[in-house]
Amino acid sequence: MPKETQNLDALFKPAAARPDDKEKITRESLTAFQDSWRRLRKNKAAIISLVILVIMVVLAIIGPWIGHHNYYDTDYSAVYQKPSADHWFGTDKFGRDQWARIWQGTSVSLMIAVLAAALDLVVGVIYGAVSALLGGRVDNVMQRIIEILTGIPSLIIIILLMMIMKPGIITIMVAMSITGWVNMARLVRAHIMKLKSQEFVLAARTLGTSNGRIIWKHLIPNTIGIIVINTMFTIPSAIFTEAFLSFIGLGLQSPMASLGVLINDGFASLNSQAYLLLYPSIIIVLLMVAFNILGDGLRDALDPRMRK
Amino acid sequence: MKRYIGVRLIYLVLTLFIITTATFFLMKGLPGTPFDEEKLQQLPTEQRQKIYASYGLDKPVVTQYVNYLGNIVKGDLGTSFFYTGQKVTDIISGRIGPSALIGLQAVLLGLAIGLILGIIAAYRHNTGWDYATMIIAVLGVSVPNFVLAALMQYYMGLKWGWFPVAFWESYSSSILPSVALSVGVVALIARFVRTEMLEVLEQEYITTAKAKGLGFIRIMFQHVIRNSLISVITVLGPIVVNLLTGSLVIENIFGIPGIGSLFVDSIKMNDYSTIMGITIFYSAFYVLVMLVVDLLYGLVDPRIRFASGKE
Repeated sequence: MPKETQNLDALFKPAAARPDDKEKITRESLTAFQDSWRRLRKNKAAIISLVILVIMVVLAIIGPWIGHHNYYDTDYSAVYQKPSADHWFGTDKFGRDQWARIWQGTSVSLMIAVLAAALDLVVGVIYGAVSALLGGRVDNVMQRIIEILTGIPSLIIIILLMMIMKPGIITIMVAMSITGWVNMARLVRAHIMKLKSQEFVLAARTLGTSNGRIIWKHLIPNTIGIIVINTMFTIPSAIFTEAFLSFIGLGLQSPMASLGVLINDGFASLNSQAYLLLYPSIIIVLLMVAFNILGDGLRDALDPRMRK
Repeated sequence: MKRYIGVRLIYLVLTLFIITTATFFLMKGLPGTPFDEEKLQQLPTEQRQKIYASYGLDKPVVTQYVNYLGNIVKGDLGTSFFYTGQKVTDIISGRIGPSALIGLQAVLLGLAIGLILGIIAAYRHNTGWDYATMIIAVLGVSVPNFVLAALMQYYMGLKWGWFPVAFWESYSSSILPSVALSVGVVALIARFVRTEMLEVLEQEYITTAKAKGLGFIRIMFQHVIRNSLISVITVLGPIVVNLLTGSLVIENIFGIPGIGSLFVDSIKMNDYSTIMGITIFYSAFYVLVMLVVDLLYGLVDPRIRFASGKE
């Protein structure tokens, strides 16, 4: 060995291995939720959508109360008023204050959409999970039922249901959910089936984990992502369906207000009072755009593998 | 393959049977009748019975149901309550023309624009082109088609006078409704093609093609676009749904004598037999399209054929 190297070696001292230090976690680990939230925060469009949605929800709750009028009082001396200091968004054909009506309508539409999505979620997740977890013959029968249901154009069935039931908030919700849960059930089943055959579940089984624990600790946390994403996309489509039904005269009726009712009324007087159609249209478009973009953002954040 | 088609056909018949049954009993559960109740009460009982008998309403519900099913098999959807004495099948076939024309134009227009947008967006991924396309796609699914149609009618028809405002008079009457209907199709296709193409661009066979020294045009058309377009067939299902629901409102807005406006009108008139007829017609159309989509997809993409053959 050359002399120089020997001298150099003298400069180094062997370090003592400290197992505790090696294993030390310097920072608290992130939960899946925190991790997703970090990714979502980087998505500017999604955050802007989230802010818009929060503002809309707040306005939908307090809006009807902060104007000068309520949403149902008629005033025949002030019909078809242009937007002014007294009536911020003008008045309709019965002199009802449009500002109050729009925010009241937004809150009704949002409520219908969110509740319908929640109902879809509960039914769909239970159906899908039961089908996937039980497997075998039960799964087979449940899947055949779904196959038939997906062959039915759902909007037609919703229209028929709306015809026989008394129009109202609950009716619309129920009618939408009767056909709406199928999609969620399919997604959840497919996802759980995929998870069931993955190695980490096999590993858990090998270690003797009970079925309940596997479902609770492995399957459910890994499925929440697609459930949230799908719900985010169900809400705008429910908002659309409600507006659609009201537009063809099957949804809520005046003096109740929903975005669909307002658009329908606005369309009737489009010729002279374009603002009556314009404002509710802007609100509904803003809501749907915000939900769709936030849904996209959430998909990227919750499941980075799917990012495009 | 043969067995697969057979199974699918059984499902098709089963689905249609369930829809027919559900529709029939839903209609029976409807409050009110299509007749003018007040005037009907003034008629002597004998005449009232005659009216009921002429529509087969005097028999028990189960008999009516069996008769209805039997007639459907023979291709008879019953007689309209509102358009007195007219067969529902005749009314529907008389209204197909405008609906088919508008629907077809909307699909072709939507397909053309959607494809171009999707391809440009994927090729210029993460540039202004891409973002612009994505904004169009999000707006396309977010703006309700009836809002868009109403605004188009107001501005392009009424204010600026570019197109006829409403009614079915000349070919130009079909332009605004077709465009309004096509926006949803554009959004669906652009988004789908973009995603598909981004995936194909990452495939190894594209790298191989580049390594072989193939020209840009050759790679794009022979490898990328061709492979991306295969699965566009699968969006046909959502597109058909989009068109069916769109036609209900858009035909109404523009006063077009198509099936969509007929459906909405008959809902308002309580015209049961027409409502049932159109429901069955729509469902049959939808179910058939879905079957054709699945079969076509299996034909174009051999990987799918094997997968479905196993099931």
